[in-house]
Amino acid sequence: MVEKSDLIRIDDYRWEIPTSYRDDMRVPVQIFASDALIDQALDDKSMQQAVNASTLPGLVERVVVMPDVHQGYGFPIGGVAASRYPDGIISPGAIGYDINCGVRLLASRIAFEEARQWMDDLASALYANCPSGVGVGGSVRLTVKQLEKVCREGAEWALNNGYARREDLERTEEQGRIDGGQPGKVSTRAKQRGKEQLGTLGAGNHFIEVDVVDKIFNPEAAEAMRLQEGMLALQIHCGSRGFGHQICSDYVKDFQSAVKKYGITLPDRELVCAPLDSPEGKDYLSAMACAANFAFCNRQVLAHHARRSFEQVLAGKVPDWDLTQVYDIAHNMGKMEDHQVGGETVRVCVHRKGATRAFGPGFEGLPETYRPLGQPVLVPGSMGTASWVLTGTQRSMEQSFGSSCHGAGRVMSRSQAKREVWGQDLREQLEEQGIAIRAGSMPGLAEEAPKAYKDVDEVIEVVTNAGIAEKVARLRPVAVIKG
Amino acid sequence: MHPTPYEEIEHTADWALRVRGVTLESLFEHAAQGMLSLLEPGYLDSSPTGRSLELSAIDLETLLVSWLEELLFLIETEKIGFQNYAIRIEGTSLEASFESVPIESIKKDIKAVTYNELEIVHDQEGYRTTIVFDV
Repeated sequence: MVEKSDLIRIDDYRWEIPTSYRDDMRVPVQIFASDALIDQALDDKSMQQAVNASTLPGLVERVVVMPDVHQGYGFPIGGVAASRYPDGIISPGAIGYDINCGVRLLASRIAFEEARQWMDDLASALYANCPSGVGVGGSVRLTVKQLEKVCREGAEWALNNGYARREDLERTEEQGRIDGGQPGKVSTRAKQRGKEQLGTLGAGNHFIEVDVVDKIFNPEAAEAMRLQEGMLALQIHCGSRGFGHQICSDYVKDFQSAVKKYGITLPDRELVCAPLDSPEGKDYLSAMACAANFAFCNRQVLAHHARRSFEQVLAGKVPDWDLTQVYDIAHNMGKMEDHQVGGETVRVCVHRKGATRAFGPGFEGLPETYRPLGQPVLVPGSMGTASWVLTGTQRSMEQSFGSSCHGAGRVMSRSQAKREVWGQDLREQLEEQGIAIRAGSMPGLAEEAPKAYKDVDEVIEVVTNAGIAEKVARLRPVAVIKG
Repeated sequence: MHPTPYEEIEHTADWALRVRGVTLESLFEHAAQGMLSLLEPGYLDSSPTGRSLELSAIDLETLLVSWLEELLFLIETEKIGFQNYAIRIEGTSLEASFESVPIESIKKDIKAVTYNELEIVHDQEGYRTTIVFDV
């Protein structure tokens, strides 16, 4: 285990594990954390996993660790690593099984006080219209041919089939479509799973949440995002479902042979990888794009159902019941990007696992509305606590490969959470706080109890004080829908 | 005394199972039983049906991952659970027959069987390993 004495403190919010810590490290590990959060990070294997990640071939500069870090499987959740193209590697396990798990935020002009009496009905409508839970089939059943179109087109497929508006796509990372998706690189088994699951939330920590915009910190950015204090907003957190899980599983298994072929030695088999320009690496990038596109489309279809739910419950009761897209962002992804490395612009594959892209102002690829402001960064808190809307900064480009945190970050195991919290008690506590809850499983709810997570506000203080993101707005939950 | 077939151990975010078996075959059987118990299936009152499958892999750890993935796929797509396993392992190939039982639902979801620190260890007591599941 990494000890605190192994760390070098760089400043109030940055720590480093130097390459001298272990012989096989290729780059140092840099952790964004406060005093309290660094102690939590040292409590599990996340730092060891970050050190293991630093042994991947072709990494540049450093492995970056966000303040919401926790132990994952192989690569820590909250980790960022960039590998140089073309000889650096791509590692499916360093992106995660839920490829393009991410968050979408929609804004409204519905005053919470005006709509408060219908929150319970709204929670019920969202729960009924947005399929959730284990093994629950999708609202849109696809043929294999249709699924293959989703693989290539992403959210564009949703637009062409009546589930999206053009503006939704414009306000989505990569416009909701990653180039290079080749369904031929995806197994029959993955397709069999995926064609039943479009438009589903899933279970675990995935959710739909109705929030109130609680406080605005940057009026100019909030206005561009159409976020107004006291108005409702909606978050959707989910990913590529069994389709993405199967693709990652298939390639982690295939790459067990690839590492032998390329003579790559790693401290953990979950980190298996292949060179970016190798046949194996290219195949995974094509398959990963398919899963990423499926996930963009999935959140888009769920957004469509959320709009229907708002209409069903609030039409005629409030002046304007529409939901407009703020942004949709991935937090498990490998992205080909240009970054400054040693004073040169270098093409790299940025692995973000439990970390979001957070590009600063002026970067191409951001929607015109957001380009002068920086990219919206969406950070959901734990159930019942605040969520945050931030923007990326120039400093994030310099310090963290244009990345920021993705959530609160777990500190407690699921089994411990279930031992300490009863789902029904938690539900009553949240309802007493004025939060309507719809959940498929009470033990599942207990696993996601707020005490199982870090304090999201402290995570936000770290990324904003470190300068890799800036506050725009804080959201407060009023209805939570979980599988 | 036989060692505990499987037990859940602490993991911050995911599930980890420590599995033991006197033989390699019993290790694989206990891993399947342990994984199924994590999913908390609700069985339908229906007659079991005989099933079999064959797998081969590049090494024993990959065989174990493949075995559990295969069962997860059957659970998700055919909505069945399993009992009365008869497993034979030769080298890195497996032949298994078991009974499938229809399930009404499962309460929990496993996204994937991971290779995180996965190693099958053989010692005087038999075989043991720890499997981390992404949930």
